[in-house]
Amino acid sequence: MKDAAGNIIANICRGSRKDLRESIVSNRKAQSGWSSKSAYNKGQILYRIAETLESRKAQFVDILCKQGDSVINAKKEVDTAIDVLVYYAGWCDKYIQVFSSVNPVESSHFNFSYPEPTGVVTVMAPQKQGLLGIVHLIAPMIIGGNVCTVFASEKYPMTAVDLAEVLNASDVPGGVVNIITGLQKEFIGHASSHMDVNAILFSDLDQVQRKLIQENASLNVKRVLDFSKEDMLSPYRILAAQEIKTTWHPVGN
Amino acid sequence: MKKPIKIKPLNFSGDFKYAPAPEGTEHIQLKEKYSLFINGKFVAPSSKKYFDTINPSSEKKIASIADANAADVNLAVKAARTAYDKTWSKMPAAERGKYLYRIARIIQEKARELAVIESMDGGKPIRESRDIDVPLAAAHFFYYAGWADKLEYAFPGKKASPIGVAGQIIPWNFPLLMAAWKIAPALACGNTVVLKPAETTPLTALKLAEIFQEAELPPGVVNIITGAGATGAALVNHPGIDKIAFTGSTDVGKLIQKAIAGTDKKYTLELGGKAANIIFEDAAIDQAVEGIVNGIFFNQGHVCCAGSRLFVQEGVAKEVIRKLKDRISTLLVGDPMDKNTDIGAINSKEQLSKIKSLVNAGIKEGGECWQPDCAIPSKGYWFRPTLFMNVAQSHRIVQEEIFGPVLAIQTFRTVEEVIEKANNTPYGLSGGVWTDKGAKIFNVTGKIKAGVVWANTYNKFDPTSPFGGFKESGMGREGGLHGLMPYVKLS
Repeated sequence: MKDAAGNIIANICRGSRKDLRESIVSNRKAQSGWSSKSAYNKGQILYRIAETLESRKAQFVDILCKQGDSVINAKKEVDTAIDVLVYYAGWCDKYIQVFSSVNPVESSHFNFSYPEPTGVVTVMAPQKQGLLGIVHLIAPMIIGGNVCTVFASEKYPMTAVDLAEVLNASDVPGGVVNIITGLQKEFIGHASSHMDVNAILFSDLDQVQRKLIQENASLNVKRVLDFSKEDMLSPYRILAAQEIKTTWHPVGN
Repeated sequence: MKKPIKIKPLNFSGDFKYAPAPEGTEHIQLKEKYSLFINGKFVAPSSKKYFDTINPSSEKKIASIADANAADVNLAVKAARTAYDKTWSKMPAAERGKYLYRIARIIQEKARELAVIESMDGGKPIRESRDIDVPLAAAHFFYYAGWADKLEYAFPGKKASPIGVAGQIIPWNFPLLMAAWKIAPALACGNTVVLKPAETTPLTALKLAEIFQEAELPPGVVNIITGAGATGAALVNHPGIDKIAFTGSTDVGKLIQKAIAGTDKKYTLELGGKAANIIFEDAAIDQAVEGIVNGIFFNQGHVCCAGSRLFVQEGVAKEVIRKLKDRISTLLVGDPMDKNTDIGAINSKEQLSKIKSLVNAGIKEGGECWQPDCAIPSKGYWFRPTLFMNVAQSHRIVQEEIFGPVLAIQTFRTVEEVIEKANNTPYGLSGGVWTDKGAKIFNVTGKIKAGVVWANTYNKFDPTSPFGGFKESGMGREGGLHGLMPYVKLS
């Protein structure tokens, strides 16, 4: 990793396909534990990430600038990332209420539908905005009980690694968010074709990459989530990685 | 110590016989030849080709059906686009709703005729088409009719607008009902439709086209094109389609998802299943046995949400299997038009051979196969209700969707074990749980990864109740409030 003047500032891990596989295994192990935590608890953990990030604001501004950002933009980006986390922390115990229904079926049954997490989501972090780019994609995923493997932006790998430290310091259980640095083009095929991945999320891929992902997704009917046109702050982002479950229960004596 | 009670097997081969109770067919109106329904009119296919639709219980031809080619698909999509631009998306929403109400009413008026044609063309017992398929189809139009002018209440914080032209491909197991599931929400939300029914069961969709004419639905709002896989592929690949809705096998669903990669087409897929039906020791066993029978033998097992994997807790396994065999021995397999019939004809020769080959694979892999000694007609396509005991998770009959009256039975000891086994499948459409304990119901139904879970009941459907799968069973929901989502753009 080089700075603007061409000096080497850090060595970044170049993750491999094997790292991806191990990451998915750890995601899968963590998923049911994470999704069965209470909504209140998950909301508190998201809020804690925001708090930790706030306390390390200077560090993130510094690291973004080292990778080429201006101070003004870096400050703005860190502030927005904190706001996004607080916004989604508040949805945790509400989106299920907003998107659920009790269904007045004709027969004598109590019938209701509510969202459940899709499962393991691979996330191609955008090349722009090393911190916010990851945060606005993973916040609506994990708040909904999903777990993620994030493929960091090639331009901002150091921010991604620092964010991992923040997550670790904020009581996010192991395996809920894994972050892999490296060359995205080496991962895009595997991240979209892995058979134990339920969804793949991105926001800035080109037409060729999107087509490749959609083709690979068909191997196991993966959900393909493109947030390029979605509002950054919206419960519909949470809903995108949810499955509606309907339960029928007889009413009688 | 109590002496064990010796139980004699029940004898069903005695003198007690049901008198035939055939439903009449003289009241139905069928043409000898059906062309394509495009822009409000029946038009001959430019392919000039027709294929036969046959009655699977007699192997006799019922009618000739047009085989649409790419040029016909193009005409239908153009008609749908024009209707969308000029009429349907411009019409006040309340007026759209009125057309749907009218369609629901006409389906109710023609219920008897539709039920008979459904059973003739598809082989399902008249009792089912009369009591389930047709009334539910009408109810679906009635339910979504009311949504047309109320969409602003369905999506908090967002404005819903229609997507455009929907290409819809439906299967042969519930021909009219699937047409209703697809068409009603699409039209309510302001879209127009090109629908392709399955090649073995096109008749009720074509009768529905006549109902659209009678309801004076504006031309082009719904177009119905008949044909096989090539027609479906032409529809999926047509650039004028904004949204694909498909119900059918997981294999074809994957092909569709791949085919539209790189396009902006939206899609919903309702695919296969291999549902776990779980019987706990504390369940009401006799009720559970009825539920198992309904779960797997409803519609000859041609049901994507069929309870095809039975899990019985060890303590009651012997009793459940004995009672299940007794109950299955009373099932009447035969003429779909007879009101006493429980299990009708297998939908097609192809499906029958698929069921046979999977059952043979089950026997080869060491499963213990059981069938009742019931009579089946000499003509037509039939398969006896079948149980498999001593099967393992790895067996093909446990892993693969059979889409026939074949039940694989496994046992379990603990709740954790059965949840793990139930979820050990790429599918996730449905499941069943039988227990007397409320707390256990909510624990188990919450942990089964499936879109629809029935507790102490099975195979219930309702227009207000969302239906659709997790994992490889597809994406998107049909029915209920959630069933509107696939047919709107939110802004």
